[in-house]
Amino acid sequence: MRLGYIAEILDAQVICGGEFLELEVTAGCGSDLMSDVMAYVTENVILLTGLINLQVIRTAEMMDIKAIIFVRGKLPIDSMIELAREKNIVLMSTKLSMFIACGRLYNAGLQGKS
Amino acid sequence: MGTIRLKYDIPANDFITAGEASSNVKNKLTQIGLSSDIIKKAAIAMYEAEINAVIHGNGGYAYVEISDYKVVINIVDFGPGIPDLDLAMQEGYSTAPDNIREMGFGAGMGLPNMKKYADKLEVFTKVGKGTKIIITVNF
Repeated sequence: MRLGYIAEILDAQVICGGEFLELEVTAGCGSDLMSDVMAYVTENVILLTGLINLQVIRTAEMMDIKAIIFVRGKLPIDSMIELAREKNIVLMSTKLSMFIACGRLYNAGLQGKS
Repeated sequence: MGTIRLKYDIPANDFITAGEASSNVKNKLTQIGLSSDIIKKAAIAMYEAEINAVIHGNGGYAYVEISDYKVVINIVDFGPGIPDLDLAMQEGYSTAPDNIREMGFGAGMGLPNMKKYADKLEVFTKVGKGTKIIITVNF
């Protein structure tokens, strides 16, 4: 699924990395616990989270996660945006809750591995 | 290629710089041209160990050796040590305080994740002295 399409489905605001919206992903991971995220390794994955701190970007960097979507209208702080730009990670924010955001993407066909 | 030796300080309780050493090692491994799977294994295992040293270990240092066949990552801290290593190796067991959980860590997956991604994991720990983690990832 194209990142640009994901932004549409979630009615998300793209905060940085708008030049990468043509990238395709095949799986999603929704969690506020970064160690749980790191237990789930797959290629071409997006992260949905309600957590706001620099280690969210670091976790994505270590795992080659291409895009992070902040749920419940949360917005990343400047240092996160700066690091995400440096690492070519797309950041988006949606007003939807974690449950609804994951549900919409799953319904639209982003199912990944179980 | 000769052996590359890298050393980093890991400052205590500093969540801004936490992960910089792992990021730097990931960049080095990428420059060498290893496969993304191997790089990810080493990066995640080291990052978990680095975060642990920040959270639990009062900081310490990382010493990394990259040779033709493997990367060996030593994370040494001078923290309280791990009283029951078997318990700490169990998924979900954590002694992290609430402020760490609010940061998205302390899920009790640190050591289990290191074990999962390292080809070899060695843990040397002594209560009151500190902990040394040695992560080996083969190329």
